[in-house]
Amino acid sequence: MQQAFSQLGDLITAHLQPGERFTAWLAAENSDFVRFNHARVRQAGHVEQAFLTVRLVAGGKQVSVTLGLSQQADADNALVLAQLQALRVQLADVAEDPHLLLSNEALRSTELPVSSSLDAAAIVATVTARAEAFDLVGILACGTIAYGFAASTGARLWSETASFNLDWSLYAHGDKAVKCAYAGTAWDEAVFVRKLDAASAQLLLLQKPAKTLAPGGYRAYFSPVALESLLSMLNWGGFSEKQLRVKRSPLLKLQQGEVAFSPLVSLTENTAEGLSPAFQAEGFQKPAQVPLITAGKLTGSLISPRTAQEYGLTANADGEEVTQSLHMAAGDLPDADVLKQLGTGLYIGNLWYLNFSDRMNARVTGMTRFATFWVENGEIVAPLNVMRFDDSLFRVLGEQLEALTVERALLVDTDTYGARHTASSLLPGALVRRFELVL
Amino acid sequence: MQALKNLFAQLQPQVEFCALRVVETVAETLSVRQDVQEPLTRTLDRGAMLTVVHRGGYGYAATSHLTASGLQHALDEAKRWAEISATRSVFDYSQVTLPQPTGTYQSPQTSTAPTWNRRELLEILQAESRAAKLDDRIVDWGATISLLHTRQLYVTHAAAVQGDAGVEQEFHFVMPGASVTAFGNGDTQTRSLGGQYNGYCRQGGLEIVQASGLLGSGRRVAEEALELLGAPNCPTGKMDLLLLPEQMLLQIHESIGHPLELDRILGDERNYAGTSFVTSDMFGSYRYGSDLLNVSYDPTIANEFASYGWDDDGTPAQKHLLIQNGILQRPLGGAISQARAGLPGVANARACSWNRAPIDRMANLNIEPGDATLAEMIAGVERGVLMDTNVSWSIDDSRNKFQFGCERGVLIENGKLAGVVKNPNYRGISATFWRSLKRVGNAGTFQTMGTPFCGKGEPNQIIRVGHASPACLFGDIDVFGGEG
Repeated sequence: MQQAFSQLGDLITAHLQPGERFTAWLAAENSDFVRFNHARVRQAGHVEQAFLTVRLVAGGKQVSVTLGLSQQADADNALVLAQLQALRVQLADVAEDPHLLLSNEALRSTELPVSSSLDAAAIVATVTARAEAFDLVGILACGTIAYGFAASTGARLWSETASFNLDWSLYAHGDKAVKCAYAGTAWDEAVFVRKLDAASAQLLLLQKPAKTLAPGGYRAYFSPVALESLLSMLNWGGFSEKQLRVKRSPLLKLQQGEVAFSPLVSLTENTAEGLSPAFQAEGFQKPAQVPLITAGKLTGSLISPRTAQEYGLTANADGEEVTQSLHMAAGDLPDADVLKQLGTGLYIGNLWYLNFSDRMNARVTGMTRFATFWVENGEIVAPLNVMRFDDSLFRVLGEQLEALTVERALLVDTDTYGARHTASSLLPGALVRRFELVL
Repeated sequence: MQALKNLFAQLQPQVEFCALRVVETVAETLSVRQDVQEPLTRTLDRGAMLTVVHRGGYGYAATSHLTASGLQHALDEAKRWAEISATRSVFDYSQVTLPQPTGTYQSPQTSTAPTWNRRELLEILQAESRAAKLDDRIVDWGATISLLHTRQLYVTHAAAVQGDAGVEQEFHFVMPGASVTAFGNGDTQTRSLGGQYNGYCRQGGLEIVQASGLLGSGRRVAEEALELLGAPNCPTGKMDLLLLPEQMLLQIHESIGHPLELDRILGDERNYAGTSFVTSDMFGSYRYGSDLLNVSYDPTIANEFASYGWDDDGTPAQKHLLIQNGILQRPLGGAISQARAGLPGVANARACSWNRAPIDRMANLNIEPGDATLAEMIAGVERGVLMDTNVSWSIDDSRNKFQFGCERGVLIENGKLAGVVKNPNYRGISATFWRSLKRVGNAGTFQTMGTPFCGKGEPNQIIRVGHASPACLFGDIDVFGGEG
């Protein structure tokens, strides 16, 4: 695939006319997807897809097209050349683009998978056999993912991985369940069994009579997964330089110094330790790290090449200006002490369906979900019925933030909209003094 | 398409059931932001999914390698997964008799493709953009038009061998939009045409652009954004709530559509999109809403976003009432889910494209009009808020406890509109909210909306959904505004 992509790059280069430039971005995958319900297979299949985005630039104009490739050289070559000509015609329709910025460097790099021996059928056999006694529901996504960049500068960049991501839940009854994840590049049955055993132990807690809380403020502990849900809202334009400039970022008040997060909060886009490619669609190499929030203050932003050109800045991110590898600094609360330190309050395993109720005040609403418990005097006493919250991140991660855990969890994105995603995050758990429940 | 049918007919699957679904897509988006053209983006995509039922198992394979060898490879993969799942399947798929349909469907007014004059459309967008920049408080503004042309083929192997045509469907989708953000005194307010997520989306030709109100929207939307900037926060308290169609679309979608999806009721979605407070024993007897509530699955409305002739399992689409006079009648479930649950359903097994398998989705899910004019509904409110255009949505995984926000609110006091309010929000519980439905607007208040962005499924799928609704009045709802 890498060779075929590089040859497509050569083909386009050979057919450019004087004054023309191009970039090409490939996103391809060969994936097995297997859905489970009641520890049995609901829907299983295989998807082979490759999408090539070709951008043609002439003078200050640009147009682009995304093509579904057949991965057959003759057919794809003919398609690309025909579309190159079509792009040339479309250039006449568009205006000069003052925000166009492409890398001029002829970067070359290759990342290949450490292993490609994943056997989805064997994983399915293991999961259905080991979980036979449980109500397991979820999905296995397994196979290779490749990204490539080529340009008329001579740049040829390639990143390919082979991985699996088993995203699953064990249900006790009704809506009471434990959410689990197992992702990696080499499947180890023993690891899965350990995770299954740990989840089944939590099922016992979920069998207890559930408690319903009255609306109000409560002490709360957020697992790293729950904290990730809160922090994901900052990707709704929060770290985006463009959104900050047009006053739509929910972190605008943080930028302007009207509010601050707790000094415990330090967030970095850590491309060097992430799972996504280190290059992007305009051909720029991303910095190893971009500090975003340091000790509670906004110290950086994510800048696409387009935004960089518009405002005279240096690009450091993808076009969407969202994090792909968000790392949060650890705190000093050991995991083992979380319940004791929480005392009485909520242990929140997962949150669900978050949205802004007042974006400019970073006020977020959402639901508790999955394994969320009521804790009294440092002991879990009951699962909680789902509760709606509505609170400002400036409060929850500001004056109300009491501690972050020493240990951090690596969370791998399970999204498969359009394609398997490769984002990840490394986050601690968070203990807060007060968290507002409303329904 | 005919060549693909011929190639498919030549395969020898030797399975209980095999079907081919081909999807071809051509998409283009034109946008102008802050008077600068955004880069022109187009998509050309063509691929196929082969589905196999074999020894009771179900398998699929998706490929864009549309040659004899490519289809054979896909068939082998689909058959392999059917065999792997056969002994460990949640359901014996050989129990379902899937249809063998023949026919055609075409979006209304598209016997010829819409004329797509890129330069003229860009000029329209430029004009609306320039008109939106009323003063320095306008900090972000723009307009957009997206056009999507899709051709689909669905044919079973048995039909292809017999030389049957199968089903060919051709769709033209148009999605115009505009959005303006105003900033002042430390506050930011955004107003849009049809919502910031393309709530105005329909099938048809470029007459949709005219009908949407895009022409002239730049100045109008900007004025409303500035009006919001100077408005007080929405008040807090229990009061009447009058929802216009640009918010009703979301209310229907989240608290009727998703809970009625049969695959959620069967538990398939519990790891991701969630379950449902609705259980299979409720159909035929459960009071979902007041007597005024009539909800239809209606794939026959001209121009609505998710009208079609057949779903992606080949079931012919026809209108059904899901809720009649407030009583729950039937779920949103396709042929396979109906067989699993032993319940009637509708033709709603749908896939977002060739690379995802069909699952139970909403299509056109509408509220039938009532008899009240908008003026009559406002006149009947002692204290309440009118809300329009969704901006925030959140609901629990059983689709019960919800909280929604709108771009714009208007106070209603003593039967009269009494001023714009900003950051209007409300919350409730699906199981009781619809029972508080007090008045349903007449056809004069009825609007056809939708969303291109309904997310669900594992692997994830974003699909197109239509929602048409009149204005609706609810009583005794928890309403509130923003901070401060």
